[in-house]
Amino acid sequence: MSIQTETTTDTAPYVGRPVERLDGPAKVSGQARFAAENHYPDMAYAALVHATIARGRIAAIDTAAACAVPDVIAVLTHENAPAMIPAPKLSLLDLSTVASATSVNYLATDEVHWNGQPVAVVVAETWETARHAASLVDLSYEELPAVVDFAAEAPNAVPERSMPLMPSKADKGKAAQALADAPFSVDLQFSTPPHNHNAIEPHATTAVWDGDQLTLHEPAQNIPWLRKHLAKRFGIPEEAVRIISPFVGGAFGGKSRAWPGVLIAAMAARATGRPVRLALTRAGVYHTVGGRTPSTQRVALGADAQGKLTALIHTSVSRTGRVGGMAEPITAASRHLYAVPNIHLSQRSVELDLLSNTFMRAPGEAIGTFALESAVDELAWRMGMDPIALRMLNEPDRDPAGGQRFTHRMLREAYTRGAENFGWHQRDPRAGARRDGPWLVGMGVATAYHPSMRMPASVTLRLHADGTVVMRCGMHEMGMGSATVQAQIVADEMGVPLASVHVEYGDSDLPPSAGAIGSVQTASVAAGVIAASTMLKRSLLTLARRAPGSPLRGRKLEDLQARDSGLHHPDGGQTYAEILSAAGRDHLEAAFKPSMLGFVARMAIDSRRWVTGASGAQFCEVRVNADTGEIRVSRWLGVFDVGTVINPRTAASQLRGGIIMGIGAALSEQTLIDGRTGRIMNPSLSEYHVPVHADIPHIDVDWLNEPDPTTPLGMHGIGEVGITGVAAAVANAIRHATGKRVVDLPITLDKLL
Amino acid sequence: MTLIRMNVNGSAKSLEIEPRVSLLDALRERLGVTGPKKGCDQGACGACTVLADGRRINACLALAIQYDGCQITTIEGVDHPLQEAFVRHDGFQCGYCTPGQICSAIGMLSEYEAGMPSAVTDSGGLGEAEIRERMSGNVCRCGAYNGIVGAIMDVAGSDAR
Ligand code: FES
Ligand code: FES
Repeated sequence: MSIQTETTTDTAPYVGRPVERLDGPAKVSGQARFAAENHYPDMAYAALVHATIARGRIAAIDTAAACAVPDVIAVLTHENAPAMIPAPKLSLLDLSTVASATSVNYLATDEVHWNGQPVAVVVAETWETARHAASLVDLSYEELPAVVDFAAEAPNAVPERSMPLMPSKADKGKAAQALADAPFSVDLQFSTPPHNHNAIEPHATTAVWDGDQLTLHEPAQNIPWLRKHLAKRFGIPEEAVRIISPFVGGAFGGKSRAWPGVLIAAMAARATGRPVRLALTRAGVYHTVGGRTPSTQRVALGADAQGKLTALIHTSVSRTGRVGGMAEPITAASRHLYAVPNIHLSQRSVELDLLSNTFMRAPGEAIGTFALESAVDELAWRMGMDPIALRMLNEPDRDPAGGQRFTHRMLREAYTRGAENFGWHQRDPRAGARRDGPWLVGMGVATAYHPSMRMPASVTLRLHADGTVVMRCGMHEMGMGSATVQAQIVADEMGVPLASVHVEYGDSDLPPSAGAIGSVQTASVAAGVIAASTMLKRSLLTLARRAPGSPLRGRKLEDLQARDSGLHHPDGGQTYAEILSAAGRDHLEAAFKPSMLGFVARMAIDSRRWVTGASGAQFCEVRVNADTGEIRVSRWLGVFDVGTVINPRTAASQLRGGIIMGIGAALSEQTLIDGRTGRIMNPSLSEYHVPVHADIPHIDVDWLNEPDPTTPLGMHGIGEVGITGVAAAVANAIRHATGKRVVDLPITLDKLL
Repeated sequence: MTLIRMNVNGSAKSLEIEPRVSLLDALRERLGVTGPKKGCDQGACGACTVLADGRRINACLALAIQYDGCQITTIEGVDHPLQEAFVRHDGFQCGYCTPGQICSAIGMLSEYEAGMPSAVTDSGGLGEAEIRERMSGNVCRCGAYNGIVGAIMDVAGSDAR
């Protein structure tokens, strides 16, 4: 979709317009300050020492050489560090417990639970000194046997509990029998490697104590969870923790929990009485922040002679860490995509002596859709059917696993539009049929799917006498354009120019937002904005009706329109400025605070009534060099059903970003773990290959823009749906180009030779 | 400790500095010039790109003392149509790689003008492939590549072709 430059006049409606990012000028001029860019006089620098074994005990730790380095302030180890209160255990009654990234009480135990666990921290006057001294800390260990090899351990997997709120399992009919009886079938085994987020901003904390008050500059995806977690760990009230996080340099799930760095930074600052900056090295991020689980998956499909699916089996094995981590909904999308009478979905997992796995962009769905959508494509090959026709034929009317109705489902329309615009009908259905010099050219498709959810978010709106509206919400900006899209919504709801809206965000002093996780933030905060706007307009009307002679006397809010910075009726209205000045007020405020209990109850009821998700059709063209196996993605189109799009400019970037991360997963990304030592062998951006400019062609994205009747303004979250289906679309295009089905990610050229 | 003098964004700076301090850390931690970002500290991401006497370099791979007497331009000292073009084309999301992308693009355009070839140089003009190749040292994990290339094409179209 090409985006027109914003030229229209500055009046509502703003929703649906490609407004430029409000923080754009700050980001292109170096004025946007990230967490590691706040300076304090007297600030010290910290560097971590990481364990070099996977499991065991520290037999001895010698810090003499490190302490002797001039300008070293402290070397904290389990022998002298002040102990933190242990991390709270996961409880569904308090979702902030999800912030407990591991159960290890860092620097309060001699136990080592993963290769890379922090075992000491050096605090010094400069970063260079801290890092050098950290290299001088001498450790010896008593090693214990460790289980770190996922592939070797996978056969011992045990059934696992679903991730909270995200069911992955299903059993309907007799899937195994139906598969055995089916005239056409596929039964494939897939594998996907571990991935790391690799946000370009490494995690960095600047921690400052003032008595028992803790202030942190920290890139955070979930300020309320982190705040609560820190308060518990340091035994101080929540109000005593301030988290400032106006800009987050990418996160993708990696900044949603309390990983060791932030805790040790705060501990070191308290122990030394100095403001402390702990900026992780890139390798330090790999060693102390979890990533996506590896998986092995089986997908088996049975179909009748016409291509109607009769059986769907999708099972997975993934891993957690013995010290933490949780199930990722790998088979979850398979609940929703195909009308099949017999379904079996189940997940198993193993516990390894590695750092906890954690959420990474579309946890579960990103890799689950690779297996499912590759298998569907392979079935189409076996049946000699067009893969889009096969999908259309099996498009369900109701949720296949749960039987609920869909609030919104337009996959057929997405495929139809995509096929048309991508030139699918020119595709020669034979494998390897199209050649351009040394290049074999192929096209593939796959379905994208991500559930649509919301969490409670508090929002305050304050209207000033000059007509400006200040929105306050401690939401997170990691690149989604949070402030911009919410300002658009505020401007529309209040009927004021966009330039009159100011958005305050990224600070625990503000009303608590929903986390920027699970694609929930934009819709969740929008719900808060709408509720707060209604409250504010109601209060304005109440004020106006008290004033004698107001044209709004006797009016109900339902009969009024908020526009031109006022409340209006065809027979007359008043501007907000007039209402406030008549009432002698210089401002008016409305604060919306949702109740968690009511929210959870509502969610439970809704999930029984209907299923809501964002979906899409991913179209990929690849060129594979017949001699070398080199694979280039040459064209892409994603057509999405994501409900109302608030801002086409930022939405396109979000969807493209997901697709590009998916191309990385398809072709190059993998975290390599030494099966003997549990050590990550490629903890760097030079050896973990994320896509670069030259890997990525023009990515076309498009959307149907039909509102969902059950969501705020009809929108779905779009942060994650973009990555789903991508790896399968690439694999399917490669299958078309070369005739080879690759079932193991990443699809490197050796797998084609 | 060594005394060095640099001109940073038009103002003269002198620093007593250890030889091991990188140019990036000197800028960010000693001079408070935080526009250049640290993404990897090992030359793999380009977030730290600055212009040294007009040439693009990875400031994390440079020792500050090597740049004694040099003119350093960071994003704070840039005033270039690319900046506005990045906003228009949405050439970023989180914005962390952006200072490096912009400084790198400026350096890249002058390399191109000076006739320096790249691995894909064979045909006429600064097309998309040429830009992608020459910008591949600047990683954007948010995946804003389309917008970045669009912004560069836009600006180069008017003054570099
Ligand atoms: S920080 Fe210099 S290249 Fe990554
Ligand atoms: S904008 Fe986030 S890394 Fe490029």
